[in-house]
Amino acid sequence: MSPASHRDESPDRLYTLTGGRTRSAPDAPFDLVTLVVAESEAAPGMQSEHAAILRMCRRPTAVVEVAAELALPIGIVRILLSDLLDTGRISARHPRASAHSLPDPDILEQVLVGLRNL
Amino acid sequence: MDSATSERTPLSSTADNGLKIVIVGGFGVGKTTLVRSVSEIRPLNTEETMTRAGESVDDVAQIHTKTSTTVAFDFGRITLDAHNVLYLFGAPGQERFWFLWDRLFSGTLGAVVLVDTRRLADSWYAIDRLEHHGMPFIVACNDFGGPAHTEQEIREALDLADHVPLVECDARDRSSSKYVLITLVTHLQRLQAQARSLRETRA
Repeated sequence: MSPASHRDESPDRLYTLTGGRTRSAPDAPFDLVTLVVAESEAAPGMQSEHAAILRMCRRPTAVVEVAAELALPIGIVRILLSDLLDTGRISARHPRASAHSLPDPDILEQVLVGLRNL
Repeated sequence: MDSATSERTPLSSTADNGLKIVIVGGFGVGKTTLVRSVSEIRPLNTEETMTRAGESVDDVAQIHTKTSTTVAFDFGRITLDAHNVLYLFGAPGQERFWFLWDRLFSGTLGAVVLVDTRRLADSWYAIDRLEHHGMPFIVACNDFGGPAHTEQEIREALDLADHVPLVECDARDRSSSKYVLITLVTHLQRLQAQARSLRETRA
């Protein structure tokens, strides 16, 4: 499945995926690079996108990677992840970087070391 | 776009801190090429939908209307160590993209403006927007074999402040792209040191 595939899809399908909800809960802010980890296995009868996320996130997987792999817009994926978080099926490792100031000096140093070791 | 399903490279189970750097530039300037040259995964593509009003909404009902539009972007990944994972986003510099900046790219460490010296004017808007958002950035000139310009000529054409680093690169080359990223992070460290000394002076 490619990102291009769902662009041609009916929006009705996206609407159905989220059970008609249009926004994710504001208290569950999934960043693009929040790492999602499955806390349970996919179960029979589960919505197929939920099951796919649980299989994908056996190891930490960024929100943006989940979106790319499911070929769904970020906003839709945030809603699906909120469902799974609310029911305890996933945990979320949010980025430590602060949103409104320069990043932590220790983090920058770690980034620099990591890049130099590439 | 290629499916990565069959060849997904999982992160270490200890990974717990995602970081972002955005590569901004016009169409065909080599953003995806740069991301690919340093990424540990083949660049993937994803997208976000927003309304014309500029608010990125999860409101799928809006997709019915013509006021919604879609912005697609590529990304790659670099595992830095057991905990830190750096995501590189190649993002278009056109106007509609910037409505999404705060929603998608808040918390970004910094940005690289990738420019083609044959089309410098394409970068004006991106530089203006980054300054507006207060996002630290550097400028990297991707070498397309055009006529050589002096650094001064490029700085003047871009109206670039002296403190903003300007480097040349070959986005196809891994070590060159790596150098671009290191230049950005070193610039961020310098900005941070300045901010710290300013705070100490005031204290």
